[in-house]
Amino acid sequence: MVGSSSSWSTALVRISPYTFAAIGIAISIGVSVLGAAWGIYITGSSLIGAAIKAPRITSKNLISVIFCEAVAIYGVIVAIILQTKLESVPSSKIYDPESLRAGYAIFASGIIVGFANLVCGLCVGIIGSSCALSDAQNSSLFVKILVIEIFGSALGLFGVIVGIIMSAQATWPSKG
Amino acid sequence: MYGFEALTFNVHGGYLEAIVRGYRSGLLTAADYNNLCQCESLEDIKMHLSATEYGPYLQNEPSPLHTTTIVEKCTLKLVDEYKQMLCQATEPLSTFLEYITYGHMIDNVVLIVTGTLHERDVQELLEKCHPLGMFDSIATLAVAQNMRELYRLVLVDTPLAPYFSECITSEDLDDMNIEIMRNTLYKAYLEDFYRFCQKLGGATSEIMSDILAFEADRRAVNITINSIGTELTRDDRRKLYSNFGLLYPYGHEELAISEDIDQVRGVMEKYPPYQSIFSKLSYGESQMLDKAFYEEEVKRLCLSFEQQFHYGVFFAYMRLREQEIRNLMWISECVAQNQKSRVHDSVVFIF
Repeated sequence: MVGSSSSWSTALVRISPYTFAAIGIAISIGVSVLGAAWGIYITGSSLIGAAIKAPRITSKNLISVIFCEAVAIYGVIVAIILQTKLESVPSSKIYDPESLRAGYAIFASGIIVGFANLVCGLCVGIIGSSCALSDAQNSSLFVKILVIEIFGSALGLFGVIVGIIMSAQATWPSKG
Repeated sequence: MYGFEALTFNVHGGYLEAIVRGYRSGLLTAADYNNLCQCESLEDIKMHLSATEYGPYLQNEPSPLHTTTIVEKCTLKLVDEYKQMLCQATEPLSTFLEYITYGHMIDNVVLIVTGTLHERDVQELLEKCHPLGMFDSIATLAVAQNMRELYRLVLVDTPLAPYFSECITSEDLDDMNIEIMRNTLYKAYLEDFYRFCQKLGGATSEIMSDILAFEADRRAVNITINSIGTELTRDDRRKLYSNFGLLYPYGHEELAISEDIDQVRGVMEKYPPYQSIFSKLSYGESQMLDKAFYEEEVKRLCLSFEQQFHYGVFFAYMRLREQEIRNLMWISECVAQNQKSRVHDSVVFIF
C-alpha cells in the first residue's frame, strides 16, 4: 500500500477498475452513435434538398449514409467485444495491479473506438453532403468524391483495430 | 468560428442551401444565350425560353408578346422561388433573405414618390413596382407631401424605418432631393446589411463582406460620375458614400473632389482589383463602365458558390437571376427593335 494516504494517486488507484471498464464500454457505443448520427443528418439534409431538382442522385448517394451507419456498427461490435472481457475477481484482488491494468485497457479501448468513430462519422457526413450537391450538378463527380469518402471511413476502421488489440490484453487475475 | 461551419450549418440551412444550388443549375448558360441572340422575333424567344426553366411561366401568354410581359413573367419566377425559400427558412437565414429585398423596397418607394410628383396614377405606378419590394402600405406613399410626412405616415412601420434617421427633413420632395434620399437610404441599408453579416461571422461574413464592399465601391463611383456637373456639393457627395469597402476612407476623399471621368479613373487605378475594370475602357468612355461592373459582380457572385455552408449563395443566386432578367430584357428589346447587332453590347454571360 502507498504510504501517504491522501494523495491524488491513491484516490485514482482506489477507484474500482470495473468503473473504468464500464465507462469505456459506454463511451465506445455512445460516442460512436453520436458521430454516426451527426454524419447522417449532415448528409441527409443536403441530399433531400438536392434531390428535388435532380431525383436521380438519391439511390447512389445513400452510400454516404451507409458509410456513416457503418461507424455506429463498429461501436456496437466493439462494445459487445468489450463486455465479454469483463470477469469477476475476488474482492481481495480488485486493486491488484493486474486488475487495474485490465480495467484501464477496457477503458482506453472504449475511448479509442468512440472518438475515432466520432470524427470518422463527421468526416464522412460532410463529404457526403458535398458529394450529393456535386452529383446533382455533374454526375461524373460522384465516383471521384466517393473515393475521398472511402479514405475517410478508413479512420473509423483504424480506431476499431487498435481498440480490439488494446482489449485483447485485458486479462483479469485468475481466481485462487 | 470560421472553418467549423460544416458541423452545424446543415441543422437549419442544409436543406435550403441544397435547394438554392438546385435553382442555380437552372440559370441560362452560354448556349442558351447564343440561341436567344439568334432569334428573329419575340415568338422565337418565347419558344426557346419554353425549353428552359421559364417554360411554365411563359407558355400561357397569348401572342402578340411584349418585352415587358417576358420580363414580368421571368421576375414572377424569381419571386416564387424566393418566397418558397423564405417560408421555409429559420432565423437567422430568414432575416438574411429579407435583407436581400430591402434594396428593391427602396427603389419602389422612390418610384412611387417620383411618379406622384409627376402626377401619375397610383395604380399604374404600383404595377411598375418590383414584386420583391412590396409591402402592405405602399399605396399610401402617394399621399405624402414631404419627407417627414412620408416617414410618419408610411415608412415607420416598414423595415426601412431605421434608415430614415439621416434624411428626415421638411424639405419638399423634388427630383434632386429624391435622388439624394434614394442614395442616403441605400447607403444606410448597405451599412446595416454589412453589420448584420459581420455579426453572423464565419464564412458568411467573409464572403458577404467582399460582395457588399464591391457594391459599396461601385455605388460610390456611380454617384461620383452621375453628379459631375450637377449642383451637388462635394460635402453632400461625400455624405452619400458608405463607410466600408476598399475605397474607404482615402478613395472617398479623392473621389469627392473629382470633376471628370479621367480623374475618377485616376483614383480607381490605384486599387488593383478595380484597375482591371478601368483598363478595359478607353479614355473618355463611360458607357461600357456599367457592363464592366456587371461582369465583375457576376464573377464574384459565381465564386461564392465554390464554398459550402454559408449564406452567401442565397444572395448570389438572387443577384444572378436579376442579371439574367436584365440580359433577357436587353435581348428582347434588341430583337423587337431589329437591332440584333447591338445584342452583345450589354449581355453578361453568367457561365
